[in-house]
Amino acid sequence: MIRWDVIRGNLPLIGAKLGEHLALTLVAVGVGLLLSFVAVLVIRSRPRLAGPFTGFFGFLYTIPSLALLAFLVPFTRLSFLTSEIALVSYTLLILVRNLLAGLEAVPLDALEAADAMGYSRLRRLWQVELPLALPLIVAGIRIATVTTIGLVMVTAMVGFGGLGQVMLRGYNFRNDTLVLVGFVLTVALALAADLGLGWLGRVVTPWSRARAG
Amino acid sequence: MTIIRDLIAWFTDPAHWAGSNGIPVRLGEHVVFSVLAVALAVAVALPAGLAIGHTGRWERIATAVAGLGRAVPSYALLILFVPVLGLGFSSALPALVLLGIPPILVNTVAGIRGTDPEAVDAGRGMGMTEFEVLVEVELPAALPAIIAGLRTSAVQVVATATLAALVAGGGLGRYIVDGFALRQDDRILAGAILVALLALGTERAFTWAQRRFEHRSGRPAVDAWRPAASAGWPGF
Repeated sequence: MIRWDVIRGNLPLIGAKLGEHLALTLVAVGVGLLLSFVAVLVIRSRPRLAGPFTGFFGFLYTIPSLALLAFLVPFTRLSFLTSEIALVSYTLLILVRNLLAGLEAVPLDALEAADAMGYSRLRRLWQVELPLALPLIVAGIRIATVTTIGLVMVTAMVGFGGLGQVMLRGYNFRNDTLVLVGFVLTVALALAADLGLGWLGRVVTPWSRARAG
Repeated sequence: MTIIRDLIAWFTDPAHWAGSNGIPVRLGEHVVFSVLAVALAVAVALPAGLAIGHTGRWERIATAVAGLGRAVPSYALLILFVPVLGLGFSSALPALVLLGIPPILVNTVAGIRGTDPEAVDAGRGMGMTEFEVLVEVELPAALPAIIAGLRTSAVQVVATATLAALVAGGGLGRYIVDGFALRQDDRILAGAILVALLALGTERAFTWAQRRFEHRSGRPAVDAWRPAASAGWPGF
């Protein structure tokens, strides 16, 4: 079923699409993280907005990916922007929830100690709250990344899709090998991201390991 | 805003409400297809989850299913079956069933494992058989979690049944796929609205059911598949 000559012949395509897959994922999670951070800052200064914000992100999260792309196409056409708006939308709920939970879990003692030492609001956030919230933030990034790697495939419908494009091409030309290559590489990428970010989560928070051990 | 005018025209055109490509037929296909897939997923995942949760054996299987279920994209799964099973309903259905299984399995196992051990011991002390303990003590305690898994599963299946239009031909996804092919924005948008409404409606309905069960059992559901915010995905 697997034809190695097909794989050899399509190596440049597979490599390029793997790169595209990574780029689409990184941009989506990066922009998602930035927007989530802004949203969380807004929510912290106006706690009443927490409900409407998470409600809206939950609404976005529930809309099927093909439908969200379809909503955008009449306005932003088949473009990188269309793909990214959809991909970023799905990261927001996960990232905002984990950011909020991480910041809420910061012990009151740590906040009071920082205040007593005369830390400004910004310095306290940057040097005390964010480092202590890091385990949950990295966990959010991990879930968002694995989810995005899967969703990138659907953007093949608007001309991108990374490895989804490899599968789609295999599907259109009845080329089983390409279908399989696209599938295996995507699953491998998702598993690698899951393991890699899980490892990163432990590395950036040595104290949690010390406590557990 | 011509697009809104086009959209209203599309929805009020009687031709779009009749025949084999009409909204009622496509909606019916989508719903029947999704219900069938979720029912089959329940038929596999619920007994397996009850057995694993109760005996505590084969937990590795549940962990593996959970990990794979999160790593395998729905779109990839749909297309994967086409070379083997051909185009159509027959290759879309197994993909949807496989997608529906992990959330139900994971939450059933977690729900059963989360039952108060004292209640289980009390059941055994009253002379219940293992099966009675499972059905009369553990299952009621696990119901909110199971419903939470069912909700995720159903929403995922309804969403992916949209993509199934690519390989199976039917359902509301048809409007989006055709709209893309024919470059008709009104059709694309109409399909997107119908699909989004169906997915949001499914989510609402199951959330409502989950609240009812939570209310009855007096505690919130432990959604192990989709925790609110967590330091990582749980082991199973």
